Amino acid sequence: MKILLVAEYRDGELLNNSYELVAFAGQLGADSAMFLVGSEGVLPAYNGTLYLADVDKYGEFNPAVHKQLLLDVIAKEQPDMVVFAHSSYGWDLAPRISLALNVAHVSEVIDIVDGVPVVPACNSKLRCDVKAKTAQMVLTLQGGAFGLEDHPTGNPTVVPINTETASEMEFCGYEEAEPGGVDLSKAEVIVSAGRGIGKPENMEMIEELAKALKGEYGTSRPVVDSEWADHTRQVGTTGQTVSPKLYVACGISGAIQHLAGMKKSEFIVAINTDRDAPIGEVADVLIVADLKEFVPAMTEKINNL
Amino acid sequence: MKILVCIKQVPDMESRFKLNSESKWYEEADLAWRMNEYDEYAVEQAVQLKDQVDDADLTVLSIGPDRVREMMKKALAMGCDRGAHIADDDYFKKDPYEIASVIAEVAKDKGFYMICTGMQSQDRGSAQVGVLVAEMLGLPSITTIVGFAFEGGQITAKRELEGGIKSIIKTRAPALVTCQLGLNTPRYPTLPNIMKAKRKELLSIPISELLKVESKQETVRMYFPEKKGGGLVLEGDVADLTDQLIKILKDKTAVLA
Ligand SMILES: Cc1cc2nc3c(=O)[nH]c(=O)nc-3n(C[C@H](O)[C@H](O)[C@H](O)COP(=O)(O)OP(=O)(O)OC[C@H]3O[C@@H](n4cnc5c(N)ncnc54)[C@H](O)[C@@H]3O)c2cc1C
Ligand SMILES: Nc1ncnc2c1ncn2[C@@H]1O[C@H](COP(=O)(O)O)[C@@H](O)[C@H]1O
Repeated sequence: MKILLVAEYRDGELLNNSYELVAFAGQLGADSAMFLVGSEGVLPAYNGTLYLADVDKYGEFNPAVHKQLLLDVIAKEQPDMVVFAHSSYGWDLAPRISLALNVAHVSEVIDIVDGVPVVPACNSKLRCDVKAKTAQMVLTLQGGAFGLEDHPTGNPTVVPINTETASEMEFCGYEEAEPGGVDLSKAEVIVSAGRGIGKPENMEMIEELAKALKGEYGTSRPVVDSEWADHTRQVGTTGQTVSPKLYVACGISGAIQHLAGMKKSEFIVAINTDRDAPIGEVADVLIVADLKEFVPAMTEKINNL
Repeated sequence: MKILVCIKQVPDMESRFKLNSESKWYEEADLAWRMNEYDEYAVEQAVQLKDQVDDADLTVLSIGPDRVREMMKKALAMGCDRGAHIADDDYFKKDPYEIASVIAEVAKDKGFYMICTGMQSQDRGSAQVGVLVAEMLGLPSITTIVGFAFEGGQITAKRELEGGIKSIIKTRAPALVTCQLGLNTPRYPTLPNIMKAKRKELLSIPISELLKVESKQETVRMYFPEKKGGGLVLEGDVADLTDQLIKILKDKTAVLA
């Protein structure tokens, strides 16, 4: 089997998720080649053929152009699978490729069992085996699902690639995350509020518990989107990544994008009315209770210790 | 200006799911249904664009069984002008390619200047349908947007990347955008608008008239993940629970020392 890995490059750097693709090919025992719109100066630690398009010429983000560069490589390599990270780059480009190739496209793959991709459904409460009906397939892999070599090594054989394709889409640069706010990655205890707090006034009880535990408060994304808390408090793939000694998730269901930001915490407590909530998969203790009753009661007991 | 917004109805994710008799999807009875969260942002964006320009006509489209019409009425009450319900009881057996091709079939030759979709559906989450529709129609598409501005035929969108970084992308309409959480603040329909929505056109078209392709993949089995044991589950009286948790924190962590 032959797999084409679509590596990622941003702001002058190769992204680490590119090595998850290498790990995936390794687990399948497949031959691989890699595609990258990047730079000669920042090559991946990878032993294999690297089809490299010059980022200065083609841009870090330009779907129509990257699509053509990639289709040319696919035509040459004829891989059985074209594999992307399920990331803002991958989920944008992958459907353009699968449609052009007229092949199956399975998103957010977390496992391959007997050659069949496994994907989560309904906020990870369920799983689906999704079988491709075409010989060739396009996959996007969920972050963290296939691991990562600790210290990748290797030197690729670089094959430069080019295209004449132009595009009307214009990439006008990046906007960095707002500066300031707390650095949650340094906190030893984080108590986080999710949508389950119900209303903004209930942020206060979360902050009180955080204070009682001498920690910081964090949030899941909907709390930030509803403007109940500042973005600098958000934990997850599009917020901060944290690993405190204790993480207390209050009214947080445990979506994969939240878990990605906190599952390395040393000890995880979840308070949730839904005993099937996926947060239970990573929690050391799941307390099935209404946080509006439990959190203030817990704060009071700790303060009286 | 003609605008299209595509929405899907999904179960409340806090539901207790059961599998259907074939174990290929979840059992649909006894579930509470709502508009896919991402699509609420898409509807709001479409309505805001409609309000910004003169002479806009905003169509909301949904593929699914009759129950999706309730959700479509909410979109009409939020400000969509007309609805196209593509009736399909077997929508869950369709893959993203088939769903996208049905939407593209409806949209082709209609001259939509702007199409809004959600970035992904909460139940299946393929994050494919929007981009596929755009590619089928030969339109540029910008995915995962958390910012949107339209002026003189030019769209300036912010795409959300990992780690809180955004990229700024410009393209010309006609185009398609896929909407991410937090893009805007979806409005609640007011009572007068709910009444008005009842009189708006809501067509129903059988999917058989629009589906001309075959799926590329198939969900062969749905199942519950194996519980990765280890975690303790505590239930009961709140006072007891707090005592238990304090003991656990003392034993297992250093935070109460
Ligand atoms: C590209 C992308 C990036 C994302 N990035 C992030 C990110 O960085 N961080 C992030 O958090 N999310 C992120 N998300 C969103 C993520 O997918 C989920 O939508 C989000 O994490 C859900 O937040 P939640 O758990 O607070 O809300 P919900 O999923 O709505 O869960 C609420 C929970 O509260 C429980 N509950 C309700 N009432 C009570 C009560 N009274 N007491 C106790 N429990 C109660 C419910 O049972 C439920 O489990 C991202 C999504 C995408 C697509
Ligand atoms: N059955 C459907 N009816 C209408 N729109 C849909 C349907 N399924 C998906 N979509 C649209 O496509 C987006 C992405 O869906 P998906 O590719 O399934 O994650 C959704 O947010 C909707 O806007």
